[in-house]
Amino acid sequence: MFEPLTWALVALSLAATVFALVLAGLDRRINWWLLGLLGVVEVALLAQLVVGIVQLVGTDRDVSGPSFIGYLIGSLLILPIGALWALAESSRWGAGALAIACIVIPVIELRLHTIWVA
Amino acid sequence: MTDASATRHGPGRILIAVYGVFALSATARAAVQLATQFSDAPIAYLLSAVAAIIYCAATFALAKATIFSRRVATAAIIVELVGVVAIGAFSYAVPDDFPDATVWSHFGQGYGYVPLVLPILGLLWLRRTR
Repeated sequence: MFEPLTWALVALSLAATVFALVLAGLDRRINWWLLGLLGVVEVALLAQLVVGIVQLVGTDRDVSGPSFIGYLIGSLLILPIGALWALAESSRWGAGALAIACIVIPVIELRLHTIWVA
Repeated sequence: MTDASATRHGPGRILIAVYGVFALSATARAAVQLATQFSDAPIAYLLSAVAAIIYCAATFALAKATIFSRRVATAAIIVELVGVVAIGAFSYAVPDDFPDATVWSHFGQGYGYVPLVLPILGLLWLRRTR
């Protein structure tokens, strides 16, 4: 795994989680700043997918391939679905729901890291 | 006169988001387990698949939020609650039958006990928005 990308993803998605929680706390809807940040995270996740597959093919170590690829692909689905789900709610609860989606990303990155170094 | 769509608004947004996360992760996990190591622990992995189906059913039924889908959601969540309590108890009583973890093993310990709390919140929310 390319560690700087993994940790950048953890940091960015945690920041997005806090952002979404603050919006929910202030009784605000999600805004374009948050969606823009999630766009950056999504591009980084796409890069992580490519990096992960290339490194998985290149390694001699015994990494659990199906789980690893599963997490990489699954990570791409979370934010778009979460954003659509949040946009359909015209209250603070949409931002709260998006925070749930955001907090899943660092969990997935940590799982990927664990699977890779195992 | 009740408005069934209330189920998917307000705090329901967050509840359904959490259900969605579990539906996705349980489905992915069950798919990997069944595809790669089914013979290792068939009972545990079949239960993983059942749990995945129930989470998906509950998620979609809660999100659809019609009078009919609320009944489907209620049924799915009751099965979920029975499942997590039963599997949780069995996994402590006869650990040999559960060599690998399912979502519901040890009352969802591996997932911060969220699997145990989620159906209770789900039923309370369905009752609240009746």
